[in-house]
Amino acid sequence: MPQSAEKILDHAPLFREPEYRKMLAEKKLNFECPHPDEIVSDQRDFTQTWEYREKNLARKALVVNPAKACQPLGAVFAAAGFERTMSFVHGSQGCVAYYRSHLSRHFKEPAAAVSSSMTEDAAVFGGLKNMVDGLANTYQLYDPKMIAVSTTCMAEVIGDDLHSFIQNAKDEDSVPRDFDVPFAHTPAFVGSHVDGYDNMVKGILEHFWKGQERTQVEGAINIIPGFDGFCVGNNRELKRLLDVMGVSYTFIQDASDQFDTPSDGEYRMYDGGTKINEVKKALNAEATLSLQHHNTRKTLGYCEEVGQATASFHYPLGVQATDEFLMEVAAISGKEIPEAIRLERGRLVDAMADSQSWLHGKKYAIYGDPDFVHAMARFVMETGGEPTHCLATNGTSAWEADLKKLLASSPFGKAAQVWAGKDLWALRSLLFTEPVDLLIGNSYGKYLERDTGTPLIRLMFPIFDRHHHHRFALFGYQGALRVLTTILDKIFDKLDRETSETGVTDYSYDLTR
Amino acid sequence: MSREYENDGALHAKLIEEVLSHYPDKAAKRRKKHLNVAKSGNEAGGESEVLSECDVKSNIKSIPGVMTIRGCAYAGSKGVVWGPVKDMVHISHGPVGCGQYSWSQRRNYYVGTTGVDTFGTMQFTSDFQEKDIVFGGDKKLEQIIDEIEVLFPLNNGITVQSECPIGLIGDDTEAVSRKKTKEYDKTIVPVRCEGFRGVSQSLGHHIANDAIRDWVFDKKDVKFEAGPYDVNVIGDYNIGGDAWASRILLEEIGLRVVGNWSGDATLAEIERAPKAKLNLIHCYRSMNYICRHMEEKYGVAWMEYNFFGPSQIEASLRNIAKHFGPEIEEKTEKVIAKYRPLVDTVIAKYLSRLEGNTVMLYVGGLRPRHVVTAYEDLGMVIVGTGYEFAHSDDYQRTGHYVKNGTLIYDDVTGYELEKFIEGIRPNLVGSGIKEKYPVQKMGIPFRQMHSWDYSGPYHGYDGFAIFARDVDLAINNPVWDLFHAPWKRSRGDERAMAAE
Repeated sequence: MPQSAEKILDHAPLFREPEYRKMLAEKKLNFECPHPDEIVSDQRDFTQTWEYREKNLARKALVVNPAKACQPLGAVFAAAGFERTMSFVHGSQGCVAYYRSHLSRHFKEPAAAVSSSMTEDAAVFGGLKNMVDGLANTYQLYDPKMIAVSTTCMAEVIGDDLHSFIQNAKDEDSVPRDFDVPFAHTPAFVGSHVDGYDNMVKGILEHFWKGQERTQVEGAINIIPGFDGFCVGNNRELKRLLDVMGVSYTFIQDASDQFDTPSDGEYRMYDGGTKINEVKKALNAEATLSLQHHNTRKTLGYCEEVGQATASFHYPLGVQATDEFLMEVAAISGKEIPEAIRLERGRLVDAMADSQSWLHGKKYAIYGDPDFVHAMARFVMETGGEPTHCLATNGTSAWEADLKKLLASSPFGKAAQVWAGKDLWALRSLLFTEPVDLLIGNSYGKYLERDTGTPLIRLMFPIFDRHHHHRFALFGYQGALRVLTTILDKIFDKLDRETSETGVTDYSYDLTR
Repeated sequence: MSREYENDGALHAKLIEEVLSHYPDKAAKRRKKHLNVAKSGNEAGGESEVLSECDVKSNIKSIPGVMTIRGCAYAGSKGVVWGPVKDMVHISHGPVGCGQYSWSQRRNYYVGTTGVDTFGTMQFTSDFQEKDIVFGGDKKLEQIIDEIEVLFPLNNGITVQSECPIGLIGDDTEAVSRKKTKEYDKTIVPVRCEGFRGVSQSLGHHIANDAIRDWVFDKKDVKFEAGPYDVNVIGDYNIGGDAWASRILLEEIGLRVVGNWSGDATLAEIERAPKAKLNLIHCYRSMNYICRHMEEKYGVAWMEYNFFGPSQIEASLRNIAKHFGPEIEEKTEKVIAKYRPLVDTVIAKYLSRLEGNTVMLYVGGLRPRHVVTAYEDLGMVIVGTGYEFAHSDDYQRTGHYVKNGTLIYDDVTGYELEKFIEGIRPNLVGSGIKEKYPVQKMGIPFRQMHSWDYSGPYHGYDGFAIFARDVDLAINNPVWDLFHAPWKRSRGDERAMAAE
């Protein structure tokens, strides 16, 4: 009997015990009707070949292990970045259970959102009644300052019109007439979560800005961070930098407090976020900066329409990306970049110089959201690494072109390949046929790490199987320092593991590296 | 070891009244029917089994905008019933999200070479685009099946798990499945589990069960030599290895588990099920349909059992053994005796650390009743329980488990659950990921009772030891004493106990 009260074994050790191993072996043999071992190992070997890769990359219809989610997830994340705002997703209710779970599993935090719970009858007659009743219930139960409405694909397929539905609900007194109910159509069959983010933020800005007169405040800057699983660490770090510079800025969408509430006995359904008044005033800003270009195209377009100057970045991570961001902020705000920040920069460069011998020539595969991949590729090249495979399942041809331009600008990017629209099963083939030293991505990459032996570094949403990484910044010089350390730890841990066999590799297991 | 206690029914009735007063009238009227306090039934005392009556409305539509915790039919089919069948490829047919959010989240353990002969922790999606909505996705589905056959030729079958748009745009996944079944001589199962069907995961279970009946049974000549002690384990999804910790006991008492539905299952185990002598059903809610069908059509008897906690395990083992006669009964007594010292030492270790602690549960369709006795075995008290997607027969069965005065909540809303927990301040809440962090912020220990909070197994004797350890570490962790800054408030009684 493997179990005992003294030393309780859970699943990880328990099923390695001989009783269970024997039981599982017999189950397989007698009841599973498996393919013969040889056929399985032949097929496994075949999946690692160039021939399999070609078939794999030739796929036209099937998607396996994509690195993207659907629009409404982005909309729910976006809404969480505004003061006391409840997400109301119009359509089937199961979707909302999924978004909430997904966000909670990453942030290890509550994630509130409601559904209009449409069922078969609503599919036939439309979901107006669900909107009317739903808004009334949400308003009364959850005491929001704003309800941000988005849609699941069900509501989109049947063609429910949010604008008129919300109007109808107001006519029926579901919420007061002047209560803010911005909305965005977020069809799951178009784009990905980053587009849902874009649509929701744009919907909120339109709601508050449309028809309002704009009086420009010189030097005032709006910042749109984009969908970011590291918003908790990143937004706070960015605000610190901007405060050090003395810039007048407004974050449009900031979920850093919402997804990092304290444990002190009180459950805060809402915390932090951009104040409604600030959103209104943000119309007057001189410029709006997007931290993630490919994540905010529509929103930025709208900002230009209302007369603001705009600029966009690809996730300001690393030395030059941070330089560019700060210089742009300095140019618009008229504030100088203070010496303290220059010293921070110098300390990052110092750290990179200290470690350069361990990083030069290392090959990477990087996947994730478009701007993140762009940023990581750039930083990797700054360290002398080579971003061999750059993949974004939700990357567009514009992203591909931008990234190729970046890669062409550095000798370290010459051999890099860009994979727009490909999934992680395609990446598996790429890693087998053109291996790399390190894989940068999210938790889903752990299956690639297991299959191909490429060490995984988790720096991208979602991270389910490691805790608290998102609480630390990746942005700015400080963030880059953390990314640098994370990469180095992975390299050193691997080297130690590979040289730790007593009597075999007593050499190379160095105390100082 | 069923404990004698009664809950504070008056407090619970007051809490119900309070939460209802916050709803708009129309919603309050509807929600009222889902909330109740368990009352002593007429039979209580006489018929020793029935402890209370838990009479609430269930399995009806959720109210819009209230933050129901429920999922959808797709979650019930792909996520629960079909997803764990490991040697089949399950296509999430429609847009990318559903498959993405449910990817690898239920912890249905299995052994196999993933991506080669097993596919459990992979996400196959048709990733619908606008053009698929406009022109239909049947052609794409055909192409997807072709591509699966090229890249994953060792799959033993395919299921097509329909997402919302499929039923709305009028695709004919059945026709595609029939055509491709013929072409590849392989089992291909269309499952009409669009998320808007029904009111919760529950209809998805039913539809998935029906798909087994219609698209798997009697389709192949199953070569299998049946034995006298053959059983199927039905409705054990092997979460954290539950089905393995159960199988080991069933084998020890002399039974042969010829099929496990559907944790760690292969298609072969599903196909041969009608040849077994007895269906043992753990999750009644999600798989009773197919058991009834197998009884009617193939004459396979079925029996509910409960492998949570020693009291229920012993009772269930004896019940199962009775079905097979003295030889198995004798072995069963030996098995019970063999594990008794483990049970005694586990209880001896944890009882004093947990005794009298109160628990509130809110889970899916089975566990809100099934785990009750396991807590009581550890000296704990269940003060409230409720289901996401139970039917009235589940609430009837709940009366066999919960005591007079227990707070009962069906399809609870986020608001209600928060207020109930605030009002009762239990020592532990057992529910899901969406509930975990709000509850913990309130300073109340929590365990996820869907995923076992990344632990498990919880079934069987091996599982009970883990369950006891996990409940103890949740309740007696020192972090709960650190919530209040000392300069703000004097520290209360510290309750943490170091692990032993």
